[in-house]
Amino acid sequence: MTYQADEKGYYGEFGGAFIPEMLYPNTEELRQNYIRIMNEPSFKKEFDQLLKDYVGRPTPLYFANRLSEKYNTKIYLKREDLCHTGAHKVNNTIGQILMAKKLGKTRIIAETGAGQHGVATATVCALMGIQCVVYMGEIDIARQSPNVARMKMLGAEVRPALSGSRTLKDATNEAIRDWINNPVDTHYIIGSVVGPHPYPDMVARFQSVISAEIKTQLQEKEGRENPDYVVACVGGGSNAAGAYYHYLDQPEVGIIAVEAAGKGIDSGESAATSALGKVGIIHGSKTLLMQTPDGQITEPYSISAGLDYPGVGPMHAHLFKSGRGEFISITDDDAMQAGLLLSKLEGIIPAIESSHAFAILEYRKFKPEDVVVINLSGRGDKDLNTYIDYFNL
Amino acid sequence: MNRINQKIQEDKKILSIYFTAGYPALNDTAKIIQDLEKNGVDLIEIGLPFSDPLADGPTIQRSSTEALKNGMTTEILFDQLKDIRQSVSIPLIIMGYFNPMLQYGVETFCKKCKEIGIDGLIIPDLPVDVYHEEYQAIFEKYGLINVFLITPQTSEERIRFIDSVSKGFIYMVSSASVTGAKSGFGQEQQDYFERIASLSLANQQIVGFGISNSETFQAATKSAKGAIIGSAFIKHLTEHGVDSIANFIKKIR
Repeated sequence: MTYQADEKGYYGEFGGAFIPEMLYPNTEELRQNYIRIMNEPSFKKEFDQLLKDYVGRPTPLYFANRLSEKYNTKIYLKREDLCHTGAHKVNNTIGQILMAKKLGKTRIIAETGAGQHGVATATVCALMGIQCVVYMGEIDIARQSPNVARMKMLGAEVRPALSGSRTLKDATNEAIRDWINNPVDTHYIIGSVVGPHPYPDMVARFQSVISAEIKTQLQEKEGRENPDYVVACVGGGSNAAGAYYHYLDQPEVGIIAVEAAGKGIDSGESAATSALGKVGIIHGSKTLLMQTPDGQITEPYSISAGLDYPGVGPMHAHLFKSGRGEFISITDDDAMQAGLLLSKLEGIIPAIESSHAFAILEYRKFKPEDVVVINLSGRGDKDLNTYIDYFNL
Repeated sequence: MNRINQKIQEDKKILSIYFTAGYPALNDTAKIIQDLEKNGVDLIEIGLPFSDPLADGPTIQRSSTEALKNGMTTEILFDQLKDIRQSVSIPLIIMGYFNPMLQYGVETFCKKCKEIGIDGLIIPDLPVDVYHEEYQAIFEKYGLINVFLITPQTSEERIRFIDSVSKGFIYMVSSASVTGAKSGFGQEQQDYFERIASLSLANQQIVGFGISNSETFQAATKSAKGAIIGSAFIKHLTEHGVDSIANFIKKIR
């Protein structure tokens, strides 16, 4: 039994490629080449070099002394917040821009919700001198203006998604439509472990550097490669996929996925897909998603824009369905308090997405000798306005 | 024999019209279908609206959003169509995305289609491979023809596979685009249409995407069996309402 994708991109019953025929040549080209390209020594060398010199990897694995004391267990933080551009997203965009170059693509498109993936994509496009178009929901453009400005400074064109609910899912639709219209010269850099095969597997592989580093670093610090638990927040699920990746098939490592409950699971304003979703098709993938009984995709809600996705990557749907992963959902209020607590105890202001992962410490008790690694996926700079409004700072 | 197969055998170019069920108003469905037949349309694609129509351009996105706002659901559509065969005899196809069908239950959906007298389905995001492995037996049990798309980028090998699975016609997407894109076909499209015609496929081709008027209809059907108009018809409904369907169709041929 493995929790990795099979050849057709299925994780158990989830995954696959439910795409219009117009997208078949694009995804097929990727599918046939991505593993071969990733294994080429020249690709690996360039990828590793950029992660080291440009992104700043390896990111530290930091023993959180005061947090550990408070919760009476051993807590390590994987500091993805220290990556260039402020979050783990750039691990994937570095990988995919190199992939696009190998495939001879001259134009990049991406979707973005809060703008983190858009910024990470615009960054690598600037680095490589490649044209970049980022689709962003009209509503998100209005509420995330600093990231829109960053993308523009980096030379990207930000195009508003005007259809549907004008947020992340619609930006993704627009990016897919762009790819249909430009099937030859364009590569679509999807920002999470979502979309049609091979995206979930490819993005998970690029993000797997997170758990690869945890193994080495934990060996140095604790004399063991495996923690008892690895904890990550899940929207689409890319930081979680990277943090779990090398532990998926090691049952002694507990996997904890933290979803955004928004204003509460039953409030009608939530993004807790495992609790509220049903099996269906979103953006070319069979997975759990929030939808009406009639199969129309609904709009999720979370205070954190990065967790505000109506679906979840097929890997995570499988972890949930199989019981391999423990899924916990955290409300806006609990996440905000956890963000404040981490700031006060450890001097680290986390992204609100990551704050959700920390909030479980109030509810999920660990043994004093347990080693718990929490993936600190991003820094809180982008969320300062939300923190200011929430706490009247 | 399935009405689609009968129609394809007729010695004429097929004019197929797509509209989104539930648009402009929730209960326009039957009237639109009846008027289209009266005015000489050969085949109708009834669009089951979806919240996230990936393969569609702005016009059909908007009509889908409006139709959902008007309250259209799968159940309501089936209810609107339950007596349609008393007044309409041309082939009827339901075109929609896979998720609403999956939620309804694929087999229940197919059974309902048969009861009503639906002849076929077009499901852009159900790839031919998945259909062939998982759903073909169910569709065929209920006598439904599933129609697949090909594009200028589809390889000959894949076209031949699609041809082998197809039982009615092949939906030939005119160019690399979503629906409702540019109008007018250049040399590139004509070369593509002729290339496909020269493959001598078992299934005839009906061209879709980018057909909006008499000129593009004539161009598309020079070497293909027929052509499909969608976005341009929706625009006409938006601008002129459901009482001027005759005016639109008359101008096409």
